[in-house]
Amino acid sequence: MTNPHDAGTPDGTGHDTSGAVGDDTHLDDLVREVEAAEHEYRPPAAGVLSNAITALVVIALGIAGVFGSLALGVGAAAEPGPGTWPLLVSGLLTMLGVALLALARRTGDAERFTATSWLVLAGVATMIVFVAVIEVVGFEIPAALLCLVWLRFLGRESWRMSVVTSLAVVLGFYLVFVAALAVPIPHLF
Amino acid sequence: MDLSPVIDGFGVVLEPTNLLYCLIGVVVGMLIGVLPGLGPAATIAILLPVTFGIEPVTAIIMLAGIFYGAQYGGTITSVLLRLPGEASSVVTVFDGHALAKKGKAGTALGIAAIGSFVGGTVSIIALSLLAPLVAGFALDFGPPEYTALALLGILLVATVSSGHRLKAIIAAGVGLLLATVGRDGFTSAERFTFDNLSLADGLDFVPIAMGLFGLGEILYNLEERHRAEQAPATVANVWPSRADLRQSAGAIGRGSVLGFLLGILPGGGATLSSLAAYAVEKRRAKDPSRFGKGAIEGVAAPETANNAAATSSFIPLLTLGIPANATMAVIFGALLIQGVSPGPQLVTEDPELFWGVVNSMYLGNILLLVMSIPLVGLFVRILRVRAAVLAPITVLITLIGVYTVNNDVFDIVLVIVFGALGYLMKKLGFDPGPLVLAFVLGSLLEDSLRRSLLIFDGDATGFFTRPISGTLLVVFVLVAAAPALRALRERKAADRH
Repeated sequence: MTNPHDAGTPDGTGHDTSGAVGDDTHLDDLVREVEAAEHEYRPPAAGVLSNAITALVVIALGIAGVFGSLALGVGAAAEPGPGTWPLLVSGLLTMLGVALLALARRTGDAERFTATSWLVLAGVATMIVFVAVIEVVGFEIPAALLCLVWLRFLGRESWRMSVVTSLAVVLGFYLVFVAALAVPIPHLF
Repeated sequence: MDLSPVIDGFGVVLEPTNLLYCLIGVVVGMLIGVLPGLGPAATIAILLPVTFGIEPVTAIIMLAGIFYGAQYGGTITSVLLRLPGEASSVVTVFDGHALAKKGKAGTALGIAAIGSFVGGTVSIIALSLLAPLVAGFALDFGPPEYTALALLGILLVATVSSGHRLKAIIAAGVGLLLATVGRDGFTSAERFTFDNLSLADGLDFVPIAMGLFGLGEILYNLEERHRAEQAPATVANVWPSRADLRQSAGAIGRGSVLGFLLGILPGGGATLSSLAAYAVEKRRAKDPSRFGKGAIEGVAAPETANNAAATSSFIPLLTLGIPANATMAVIFGALLIQGVSPGPQLVTEDPELFWGVVNSMYLGNILLLVMSIPLVGLFVRILRVRAAVLAPITVLITLIGVYTVNNDVFDIVLVIVFGALGYLMKKLGFDPGPLVLAFVLGSLLEDSLRRSLLIFDGDATGFFTRPISGTLLVVFVLVAAAPALRALRERKAADRH
């Protein structure tokens, strides 16, 4: 998609073809230019603290995995137990996390959390409400609410547009999932 | 080579249901290629629940259509708006948009469509010849070979993927760890289930893929600030002139071969091959300064290569059972859900599925060529549909779709959790692709590692005494050590100066 991270930078691949692309510095420049243009619409890079916290979370996950694996029983090389493989993976994760921590000052590919990040939190909140009430009141009301919030507040559409679209979407879903496909989704009507 | 299964495969394609789903697949693919917001991996993930109700071969025909159809669609926005619809169309922006500014948008789109068709078709023919050979070769693979192959596949995808390499490998590690959740197949011990009954059978692939790719991407896009509305360039005369065709012929030929070869490699795929094809054309050109200013080869080569690669990346999946990129990982998941385990035995044991899917791509490419040229105007109009309207609809399709798989609310909870995780990963520079890939390969990898250790009686050097697993592991070590070696070489070079 249009995200800069997906754009497959040709630099630094341990790959046969990286030579073919990498030598051509001009192409690299062009790709970077396109990526920079994409970045204009994204928040700025994150600071060292955020990078360090990310690394610490990875380390914590790795260590938790190590203890969990040890509790499962590690067995021996000739007789691997249920914990052998998770132990190997968790150990690796811990080490990679440490490496990431060491590089915390030099990594610039994380984005800062800004005021717009609240929009994402609001988006997740609408989904949590949806799943919390769907078994009680069916999907129609929470779906309409979710749509309305996304259109009006996250998408900044007009009230009229938001209300009409939300109702149309719920009606459409009802016709497709309940009336036509008879999917056993909890519904009110 | 016995041709009768190949011909039977055409019979499968021509069944009306399969024709219909092929058409649906390529149209959806082209649409999502045009619309910025969701990539092919995300779209295929979101459509996974739909595939439950249909035959395996039909389902995969549709999903494959989405994948290669997206390569066509991504071009349109690159050329008209300087906005790559797909990562694999990023380089098309340079010359494609320059051509559009000169009033030759139609020529660029026409050449791209023809190049895509040629690249795709060449790649299908090569795939048909090569895949049975690879599968035959791999039939003797035992657990040690699969261990080495899966390890190498995951490492290549992680290192070649965009962004931070260390972070990509961490993502893969998390995927491997998530794959261990549930009952251990060897000892029946419960692992990391926290006494939750819903986790006893392990984490489901569907909510993970739908959450990380689908919801994660939608949430990530919420933070995108509003772009200034841009008027798309006008499109006139999509038929390239004879001179344009002559000038692009070489680029299309080379793009097909390069795309095919790079598509087979794990981690290669459409994006890398489009970059490489562009670079090759620029290097070969008598006057490289034309590139970036509207050289038609600069559109023809990458657009041909990305389609050829999209097709050939099916080879490792269908012959070895190793997905070569994130989208293939989702299709791998779709096959597993359908009860088909892709691997070397697929060609001989399930020829209808194998040849049905492969041959459907001929048809899909013809459909795309026929549709893309007259429908460009329509797609330009679709661009006006605002992301703000599509986002909540996609969210609802995801939430309701994931529920329909098991009729279990827990799956909705999971998809939201993985959606939030996908957002955080993208935000913090972790590509979710390696996680999903490692997750689908996780149990295969663990299984074959443990079986191998039993075979070798705990002696890990046994991997190196078998020629194939040994070779693969040597390559693994080389790829893993490459960054360190390169740093060393650069330091030496710096010392010399």
